[in-house]
Amino acid sequence: MTHNPSFTNQTFKVIGTRVPRPDGLDKVTGRARYGADASAPGQLVGMILRSPHAHAEIKNIDTSKADKIPGVKAIITSADLPDKVNGRRDMLDTLENCMARGRVLYDGHAIAAVAAIDADTAKKALKAIKVDYKILPHVTDVDEAMKDGAPIVQQWVRTAGGDANKATNVSQVSQFGHGNIEEGFAEADVIIERSYKTEQTHQGYIEPHACLASVGPDGNGELWVTTQGHYTFRTQCAQLLGMDIAKLKVTSSEIGGGFGGKTHVWMEPVALALSRKANRPVKLVMTREEVFRATGPTCSTSMDVKIGAKKDGRITAALAVLRYQDGAFPGIWGMLGGMTAWACYDLPNVKAIAYDVLVNRPKVAAYRAPSAPMAAFAVESTMDLVAQAINMDPVDFRLLNAAKEGTRASYGPTYGPIGIRATLEAVKNHPQMKAKLGPNQGRGMACGFWFNFGGQTCSTVNIGTDGTVNVSVGTVDVGGSRASLSLIAAEELGVPYETVKCTVSDTTALGHNDTTEGSRGTFSSGMAIIFAARNAVAELRARAAKTWDIPVEEVEWKDGVAYPMGDQHHNLKPLSLKDIAAKSPRTGGPIAGHNETVADGAGVSFASHICDVEVDPETGATRILRYAVVQDAGKAIHPDYVEGQFQGAAAQGIGWALNEEYVYGKDGRLQNAGFLDYRIPVCSDLPFIDTTILEIPNPGHPYGIRGVGETSIVPPLAAIGNAVSNAVGVRMNHVPMSPPRILKAIKAQRAAG
Amino acid sequence: MSGVHVSTTINGDPVEFVCQPGEVLLDVLRNRVGLTGAKEGCGTGDCGTCSVTVDGRLVCSCLVLGAEVEGRTVTTVEGMADGADLHPLQKKFIEHAALQCGICTPGFLVAAKALLDRNPDPSEEQIRYALAGNLCRCTGYDKIVRAVQAAAKDLAVDATKPAKPAPKKTTAGKSAKKTA
Amino acid sequence: MRYEAPTSTKDAVGLLSKAKGKGQVLAGGSDLLVRLKGGFIEPDLIVDIKRIPAMQGVTKTASGFKIGAAVSCAQLGENAALKKAWPGVVEAANLIGSDQIQSRCTVVGNLCNASPAADSVPAMVAAKAKAVVVGPKGKRTIPVENVVAGPGKTALKAGELIESITLPARKGKTGDAYLRFIPRTEMDIAVCSAGVNLTLGRGGVVTDARVALGAVAPTVVLVPAAAKAIIGTKLDDVALAALAAACEAACNPIDDKRGTVEFRTEVAGVLAKRAAKIAYQRAGG
Repeated sequence: MTHNPSFTNQTFKVIGTRVPRPDGLDKVTGRARYGADASAPGQLVGMILRSPHAHAEIKNIDTSKADKIPGVKAIITSADLPDKVNGRRDMLDTLENCMARGRVLYDGHAIAAVAAIDADTAKKALKAIKVDYKILPHVTDVDEAMKDGAPIVQQWVRTAGGDANKATNVSQVSQFGHGNIEEGFAEADVIIERSYKTEQTHQGYIEPHACLASVGPDGNGELWVTTQGHYTFRTQCAQLLGMDIAKLKVTSSEIGGGFGGKTHVWMEPVALALSRKANRPVKLVMTREEVFRATGPTCSTSMDVKIGAKKDGRITAALAVLRYQDGAFPGIWGMLGGMTAWACYDLPNVKAIAYDVLVNRPKVAAYRAPSAPMAAFAVESTMDLVAQAINMDPVDFRLLNAAKEGTRASYGPTYGPIGIRATLEAVKNHPQMKAKLGPNQGRGMACGFWFNFGGQTCSTVNIGTDGTVNVSVGTVDVGGSRASLSLIAAEELGVPYETVKCTVSDTTALGHNDTTEGSRGTFSSGMAIIFAARNAVAELRARAAKTWDIPVEEVEWKDGVAYPMGDQHHNLKPLSLKDIAAKSPRTGGPIAGHNETVADGAGVSFASHICDVEVDPETGATRILRYAVVQDAGKAIHPDYVEGQFQGAAAQGIGWALNEEYVYGKDGRLQNAGFLDYRIPVCSDLPFIDTTILEIPNPGHPYGIRGVGETSIVPPLAAIGNAVSNAVGVRMNHVPMSPPRILKAIKAQRAAG
Repeated sequence: MSGVHVSTTINGDPVEFVCQPGEVLLDVLRNRVGLTGAKEGCGTGDCGTCSVTVDGRLVCSCLVLGAEVEGRTVTTVEGMADGADLHPLQKKFIEHAALQCGICTPGFLVAAKALLDRNPDPSEEQIRYALAGNLCRCTGYDKIVRAVQAAAKDLAVDATKPAKPAPKKTTAGKSAKKTA
Repeated sequence: MRYEAPTSTKDAVGLLSKAKGKGQVLAGGSDLLVRLKGGFIEPDLIVDIKRIPAMQGVTKTASGFKIGAAVSCAQLGENAALKKAWPGVVEAANLIGSDQIQSRCTVVGNLCNASPAADSVPAMVAAKAKAVVVGPKGKRTIPVENVVAGPGKTALKAGELIESITLPARKGKTGDAYLRFIPRTEMDIAVCSAGVNLTLGRGGVVTDARVALGAVAPTVVLVPAAAKAIIGTKLDDVALAALAAACEAACNPIDDKRGTVEFRTEVAGVLAKRAAKIAYQRAGG
């Protein structure tokens, strides 16, 4: 059976129907088990001591008093997590981030951990640990960190490809683009150049990180954990603890939100190390404050964008200079921003220069279309300014310059069939464009892009003797993918959806699966299931052939039934999957299909959003009146969940645009590490979010699926910035556009006359 | 610290437990009574994921001491269904895809039920403000509000049908709490 | 640490005055438990007042209203008579937190937590509310603004707690209103706020006024100059502008993660104007 991932353009029986999800009952009754819902006999409570300083040397950690407290069973520091990473810098960074090694790099950096018989004892023990710090100067702002003389966060960091002798906070500079921008700007009739800033935000998942770790002296271990990738966690934890991968069994609990923040270990290696030392299971659950201080928020940025265009609307040159802070360890987030900045457009001369910068803040992790929202804020805001300058409708301006099939993307590849123009046309014709706007109300729109990933995926389809089907996958279900994956299996096998049960297996049951990120869950596991199911169908046909004693080439499979082909077999009754399954013990044993693959052919997903706002000109308060998402899904397997991704992503973007930001004091400490002052949207902040699913099939997937989970967090920042500008005439260049910033801009505008 | 002995009613059943004076109801439910439906999202009353009702009032169980529920009645998400019969809110949440990761769902269900119990015909705005104490990061609230609207309609139809007999309730002692 | 749930004010006073170490009063717990769990306080005794009959219920008398210290803000919002007489006080109380918090929080707790941004306090100050304080030396009644000594500090002495809040009787054409500024639509601590209480005379002219601002100083600020600016007027634009200016002049806020000095000062004036208009309308103006 050859793998042929190309789009098959078939009509579907069950794909696209809105079936109830298999985990729904457990989740509405409270039965579903998340990271903190497991317990083990003899378990200890784990707790972590964290630095109150942004940057310091650790001169000494004295655990002697804490050791003596009755009920304390283990205390660890970096001494209990020796370097076993074989020179891999990225793994050493992860290790150091889990537990400080001689110096602390941000407020909240873990320094020590205890395991005790209960929470009160653990708290007492943490209080009794004495740490001697030598406080060092810190830097938390990305532009400040790039200046000469700024405190250096990591002494070993050098700009990749740059001066090998100069310690710096700039870990890399990336460039993307093609053409000649100097010539392009020279041709332009109009040039708009602006600078922008966005503050740091967090994924804000409602479930804090939690795990239950158990390691025995024989090197066997178990980890129950809330994660987006239990196989990735297994590999990372095993490496960091010097364990054999196969001997660390990791089970993914249900996950209470991740959005990229749970693709990376933060305290799981610490829990395992505590358990190993105490020789008892350790349950470690982060508090909300720890989640904000010491997991992986996204970058804060400082950006400059310059666009040149002719009076007829054709962009002649586009330049973006992006400065992204990655926290206290090198990262690629600026680079990703540089790749996505101009991805929506067909540009003859384009350049993006991106800096990755270290600061004394937590290690940045992925957050839903990581790095794209910020660059898009800068680009899409400037696009509106250019459209205004040449008196062109903002949608038409974008349509004129939009990428299409055959466009050479600013980040390199040539696009296949893509949906940006279709989303723009849909926006143009959307009923929201006709809604009447009153005083202090304004409408804005913006586009967004995100690549999708394929990655390593394994799946098994097992057919029970009663004809019901088990599907095992290794991609964590973050938003309902088990329903979609069951639909795919049902479609391929030709059986009813209700007879299929999809389970996310633990790490011992399947080969490695990459993390659920990059919008790859349904795309990759879906592809693996298609091929696993086709392998199972091959076996089903073989069993029918055996039963009939005819060549397998003369057996066809249609809608869940094996038919003999040809008039000579007219007397043979067709065999359903159920019939064949019932006979399977006597025809060769259990029937299954496997697939291990690297899912190639991931498409890209474009979205265009429309946002109507009302701004209170006396206070700067901004209300979202209407919001519409148009996004290309390739093929929506389960439309409810595709809509849900559009709406959830848009809501995160709205929060980012209006109110969410990390507030650091001059002392380098995070001031709003809680949901009270880190303000995510509440129910009354949002209207219903209108969604339109477009389906421009991805030729790289048999069903045309594109990953959909991420793109719609990209447009809201600029859609809202553009809407505010149209509402009260001020151009916001600093996100979040909180009321004090908007009021200040309104007053400055008034004062300027 | 010495333990506080508490007799209370949880989801209609008499329950007794011993807890620390400073221990919150959320931890008692999860760690002592075995009801893990209520979750901790923040511990400070800002997210509503721990929502339960005490004497019919919607509260954050992370901000109620276990000792306080002596003689009172507590209901959690585990008490919403009537045996295998889901409450209309639970049915509508599934039907309307009002959950993605589901971590906020128990809290929303308890809060939505508290709303519909006191206001059976809420407007969209009333629903949104009543649920403002429950954070969701996955859905953008759209399908949650629609599910609550649909459940309200269903319950209104049910209200015209003859009532089912109420389940038997037992109450624990009403004495004020004292400690050893 | 001990937990006690006395059934009389006398017992509560006894427990608090005899406590070896720190004793804390627990009503709704929406502030106390946050501070306890966060390790900001380590009391030796928690006195739960919710089972004390004298602290329950809202009573209407000839001299006004008495609100027991254990009455939740949700219960206040369900009291039709109180809402009719003091819509501003009730709406302020009902703005504190979510429905979950509303079931628990109390105006007395809000007052004694002594946050500069407490929602219920500006309206109570504007309403001339009084606190009935009971202690080992007996009972005393003080204006609510005298309860708060500074951020997080009350003027209550050892062993004292508040048994109830009283609001004066309403006579004639009166109205009050409370507005706060928050960046979202719910769930935020007030960035700044204004409580306005008006009495109107003939022809819709303001004859008496009290204007109190929250979150713009260490404690709630009563602004006599703002009241003066509108007394004798029908709240025309000039009067309102003077009101706003007087409010801005009385502000002494800080820059913090919730707002800037500039923003709080300006918006306090805006809110005072808007609250005055609402109170005026409620008074029948």
